[in-house]
Amino acid sequence: MTQWSGYLGLILQGALVTIELTLMGSVLALIMAFLAGMGRVSRFFILRAIATTYIEFFRGTSIFVQLFWAYFVLPFAGLSLTPLQAGVLALGLNVGAYAAEVVRGAILSVGREQYEACTALNLGRWQGMRHVILPQALLVMLPTFGNNAIELLKATSVVSLISLADLTFQAQVVRSQTGSTLMPFLSVLIIYFALALIISWGVRTLERRMARGLDGVRV
Amino acid sequence: MDWDWNFVWEIMPTLIQGVKITILATILGSILAAIVGLGIALARRSENRIVARSVGWFAEFIRGTPLLVQLYFIFYVLPDIGILLPPLVAGVIGLGLHYGTYTAEVYRAGIDNVPRGQWEAAKACNLNGRHTWTHIILPQAIPPMIPALANYFIAMFKETPLLSAITVLELMNQAKSVANTYYRYIEPMTLVGAFFLVISLCSVVLLRWLEHRYGRIER
Repeated sequence: MTQWSGYLGLILQGALVTIELTLMGSVLALIMAFLAGMGRVSRFFILRAIATTYIEFFRGTSIFVQLFWAYFVLPFAGLSLTPLQAGVLALGLNVGAYAAEVVRGAILSVGREQYEACTALNLGRWQGMRHVILPQALLVMLPTFGNNAIELLKATSVVSLISLADLTFQAQVVRSQTGSTLMPFLSVLIIYFALALIISWGVRTLERRMARGLDGVRV
Repeated sequence: MDWDWNFVWEIMPTLIQGVKITILATILGSILAAIVGLGIALARRSENRIVARSVGWFAEFIRGTPLLVQLYFIFYVLPDIGILLPPLVAGVIGLGLHYGTYTAEVYRAGIDNVPRGQWEAAKACNLNGRHTWTHIILPQAIPPMIPALANYFIAMFKETPLLSAITVLELMNQAKSVANTYYRYIEPMTLVGAFFLVISLCSVVLLRWLEHRYGRIER
């Protein structure tokens, strides 16, 4: 029974790597989502084209293929990434492409009269976006962003296949060292589920807090 | 970094073999997911509170944890209790179960969208529970949800590379084994990406058609 605690320590170390990946991947995904999402509603054709290509490319190929490509093919192009860098890059770009559509949808969901009000107040395009449209759109995006973050958390398990020591990887290590299968995999499943619950709880709290100031604005 | 067309033609037959397995896994997984999803959706509407609750929690748990770990679970834990599954079968069960929890939500929304009057009319015509479902509710609920279901099946297709982790010889695994044999990663990995991109883009066209054909709800 004493050795279980050692193995549990190993799994918890893996959980730290998973959390780290999720956080860094989410930050990259958020940046890409706003860049590409606003790019898709841009006035300029070239920006729209770039954003659309990025989104279609990363949504059309699987995260798994992108990760392997980043890890195995980029070194031949002279760009060597550590497993962690490759993981964050692939996860962030992939989930960012999905989230970009959420950003676009939310911006388009803000009513026409809000845009007209911006024009009436003589706000510039960027000013209107920054002070009027985005604060309202953000609230629409938030629940779906939560789902995207959970998808990202689940996708981090794939990095175990490029030898990054995350939860799934550690479960395999414990399995190969002890021959026991139920304990490592069940505990890892439970940890993933707990993390997913934390994300959805956090997003709900954030949503409630952000909705507070906007009561009068929203119809 | 140089691209070798001769090598591409040399490995093409192997990759095509992999594509066949990938498509087979997707089709079988989709069928299973469609059935499992309906089962979960019906169980969650069950009169029996305990059944409805426990199925709900089970689905929530599966949706909150990564497919890869579930595949490991099916592949490594089940043999310990005497259920020995071939890799492809284990993979199809994993895919079907995981995506079944997603399609369950689609079924739920579809069933909820059938107007109350239809239920009442079925009761007025003295149809029993089974006849109400098979002749009145499902025939009206299913066509509008076909596009959403197809969407999940495309998503499932993009997750099939995970099956390579449990030794199914699908596209990704074939590509990895060729890459390891010749120590050339550029062509196999890029081709895998290209295959996925082409098939996803084709399926987007199919999806548009399905949306056009079934998406409109006529009242």
